[in-house]
Amino acid sequence: MPIVLFRVDERLIHGQVVVGWGGPLHADRIVVADDEIAASPWEQELYCLGVPPEIDAVFVTVDEARRRISEWKGGRRVIVLVRDVATARRVAEGGALAGEEVNLGGIHHAEGRTRVLPYLHLGPGDGDALREIAASGAEVSARDLPATRKVMLDELLAGG
Amino acid sequence: MNEPVRGLVVSHASLAEGLVQSVRQIAGADAGALVAVSNEGCGPEALQRNVLQALGDGPGIVFTDLPSGSCAFAARKLSLEREDTAVVCGVNLPMLLDFVFHRELPLPELVDRLVSKGKSSITGQCREGAHADRAVSG
Repeated sequence: MPIVLFRVDERLIHGQVVVGWGGPLHADRIVVADDEIAASPWEQELYCLGVPPEIDAVFVTVDEARRRISEWKGGRRVIVLVRDVATARRVAEGGALAGEEVNLGGIHHAEGRTRVLPYLHLGPGDGDALREIAASGAEVSARDLPATRKVMLDELLAGG
Repeated sequence: MNEPVRGLVVSHASLAEGLVQSVRQIAGADAGALVAVSNEGCGPEALQRNVLQALGDGPGIVFTDLPSGSCAFAARKLSLEREDTAVVCGVNLPMLLDFVFHRELPLPELVDRLVSKGKSSITGQCREGAHADRAVSG
């Protein structure tokens, strides 16, 4: 089974991901691709407290994620999480995410970010990075939960 | 006497506000004893900031709705940095009502008490044979 969800969500492992997506998708592994957390055992421990026993959590650097994407495509039912668009773009380098869907799930308001959807705020450079990801062969869209409408990249960026 | 513990309920959507309002209505608790914070529209850093600000100084307990999720994550991260901050996940109303009347207890004792109170308040009752037909598959 391929990667069941590749998601950009600054909260990484949290309720919407574990319950909202993990349940319907029957995910059995969550991979967090993040250089900072990959180097921080105590933060990994903290994130693991939010993972139910039937799902195992793996923390890798962005470079390792890019190398192992093809392995995950053929293995268990994996959710891959990154915290921001820039990290997603790094994972997608070299076409690693070609044929996959990239889900924009939760980037909240912060200084310098513009509201695109209630749950999605993009910063300077994010639009270009998303276009790069799409050009590398991935389908980019936003959707916070499985039951809500999927908003495709063209619509997301139509205002800017 | 110990310094009274401050309670902070952190939840998804408006659950925290509803719980705190209910406690005030039932127990008439002091407005500062228990406050609500929602994660609505907050990224991790903003939520952490809001929780920290609402806690203030002194001993505190952060009650969260789910044991997983952004609320629990923010609370646990904060408790690693503050010795006098405890975290209780799976908050319910009986637990909060007990909290407002026992805020002077030492923090470890209070946490044990509230967890026990919260668990013992969950009960189930079903008459034998009720809706037995629902078990028959078509």
